[in-house]
Amino acid sequence: MQKQDNPPKRHRFGQTLSQHWQMLLMAIPAIVLLFLFAYMPMFGTVIAFKRYKVKQGIFGSKWMDPIFRNFEILFRPGSQALVAIRNTLLLNLMFIVVGTVFAVFLALMFNELQRQHYKRIVQSLSFLPYFISTVVVGIFVQALLGYENGTINALISSAGGNKINFYANPNMWPTILLMTNIWKGAGYSSVVYLAAITGIDATYYEAARIDGATRWGEIRYITLPLLTPTVIVMTLLAIGKIMNADFGFFYNVTGDNPNLYPTTDVLDTFIYRTLRKTGDMGISSAVGLFQSTCSLILVLISNFAARRIDEGSALF
Amino acid sequence: MSSLPTQARRHRVHVDGWRIFAAIFTGLFGLLCLYPFLLVISGSFTPKEEAIRNGFRLIPGSWTTAAYQALFINGRSIVNGYKVTVFVTVVGTAVSLLVNSMMGWVVSRKVMPGRKFWNFYILFTMLFSGGMVPWYIVCVNILHLKNTIFALLLPSMVSAWNIFLLRNYFSSVPEEMYESARIDGAQDFRIFISIYLPLSKPVLATVTLFTALGYWNDWWLGLMLMDNADMYPLQLLLRNIISNIQFLQTMESNPQIQQMMATIPGDGVKMALVILTTGPILLLYPFLQRYFVKGIMVGAVKG
Repeated sequence: MQKQDNPPKRHRFGQTLSQHWQMLLMAIPAIVLLFLFAYMPMFGTVIAFKRYKVKQGIFGSKWMDPIFRNFEILFRPGSQALVAIRNTLLLNLMFIVVGTVFAVFLALMFNELQRQHYKRIVQSLSFLPYFISTVVVGIFVQALLGYENGTINALISSAGGNKINFYANPNMWPTILLMTNIWKGAGYSSVVYLAAITGIDATYYEAARIDGATRWGEIRYITLPLLTPTVIVMTLLAIGKIMNADFGFFYNVTGDNPNLYPTTDVLDTFIYRTLRKTGDMGISSAVGLFQSTCSLILVLISNFAARRIDEGSALF
Repeated sequence: MSSLPTQARRHRVHVDGWRIFAAIFTGLFGLLCLYPFLLVISGSFTPKEEAIRNGFRLIPGSWTTAAYQALFINGRSIVNGYKVTVFVTVVGTAVSLLVNSMMGWVVSRKVMPGRKFWNFYILFTMLFSGGMVPWYIVCVNILHLKNTIFALLLPSMVSAWNIFLLRNYFSSVPEEMYESARIDGAQDFRIFISIYLPLSKPVLATVTLFTALGYWNDWWLGLMLMDNADMYPLQLLLRNIISNIQFLQTMESNPQIQQMMATIPGDGVKMALVILTTGPILLLYPFLQRYFVKGIMVGAVKG
């Protein structure tokens, strides 16, 4: 019996191959595509240390001298890359904190709704923005804030005030981006929290009611404490991605407007611009490698932390 | 008061201030989410003079279809855009679903040699990425995808997230199912197609929805890898028309362009194009959104 369960390894592999060749074949397309579009670029990160020439290819190009030259240029005081790093961290942090608070609040509010019809309708409406491309979001924002005939400026001028040129004023954009981000994502994020609330054992509430708890008391002492692990885990997972900005969101909502770069230029838009406009492969891939490395470390830490709080909710 | 089991959680049916606040708050947020869509619909019908005079309003004083006419004068690119996007969405979603579900199924099989390694092989792509620049070089200089239809299909075809979602679902099917089918002499691919896929309709519906939405809304691959305007997908066309209009506005000193701008309602054209490109999603939305909620739930449980 023992012998049958554990045949010699080579024999077992040969047997697997003859019996399960279809299984191996089925895995090949995904393995190849992942290799081409995920692993080959990973090897390609060496160009961050090189003077890349198309003709010489990734591996044939000469090494930088000194080898960290691209990174030195990048992190010179006052460089645009440092601005982009600061913007990425601050804007994402703001999205995480305010976005989470709003999504939890929205979930609590959805949970209070008693008419199922009404609940279903408002909840469907709240996801609607999640379904559209960031290009369209950019157009919405422009229809609202445009100088010539945006809705807000039309209201201001019909009230006799002075129009605001939103697209020339970078200081307003962190707030505008935050509100747009919440508008696009709050309905989506609230689903997870609403599910956690719905999963809370009803007997807690029954007991609380017998003790004469108010509705607010139930939320304050039952719902919120039981929701906390979910909130922490979701926040940790978001912090793992804090160095990655949503390129499409920033690129389209700001309309890639140079006036707004001081407060809206994030790592992903900076990399794109360096790549496509100035064509400096070395610098832009150095930023990219810096970003990916930070992300890897952050994801590992945040996942480790998330797993300590709730075994099942970590990514891996 | 409400002792029905389904209503056990909905205790205290009487109306109180807290509940009224919740109803108003969620209602307002829902309207806020809907408002830009309505604004863009009415904006696409607003005449140019009125837009300049009053800005875009929910209910314009007068209506015009000039924006749509202007789009169809230039209609070839729109029709092309539709062809490209529909093709990419249909083919991309179908192939992507097959590739991802096969991989998800394979890594859910205990007999698969090196299963742990392949799981890590997939997982690692979620943890580390080479970044935009090496990716671009690989696509353009090594794979020569630039200006081919494959550029819009292949790079986003495999999704580690979707593979794991499918793997988890396949793992929840009892292993005896697979074993007994093997004993009956069925080959792996056959078992996958005729036993596992039919059992996994809910997760397949979700993955299909998200993949199709991704392909339909994609403009990034086009932006990076497509210079041939005849093969622009709809969303990229939309983006380009925005920047062209901005371009025209900055060149208003040119009399010929001035004349053009007088006949074409600039913002209105954009809005009409938004309606044309997003319309199919909005029309299908009522039918799709229940899969959407389920999808977030499945995705939220674990990757």
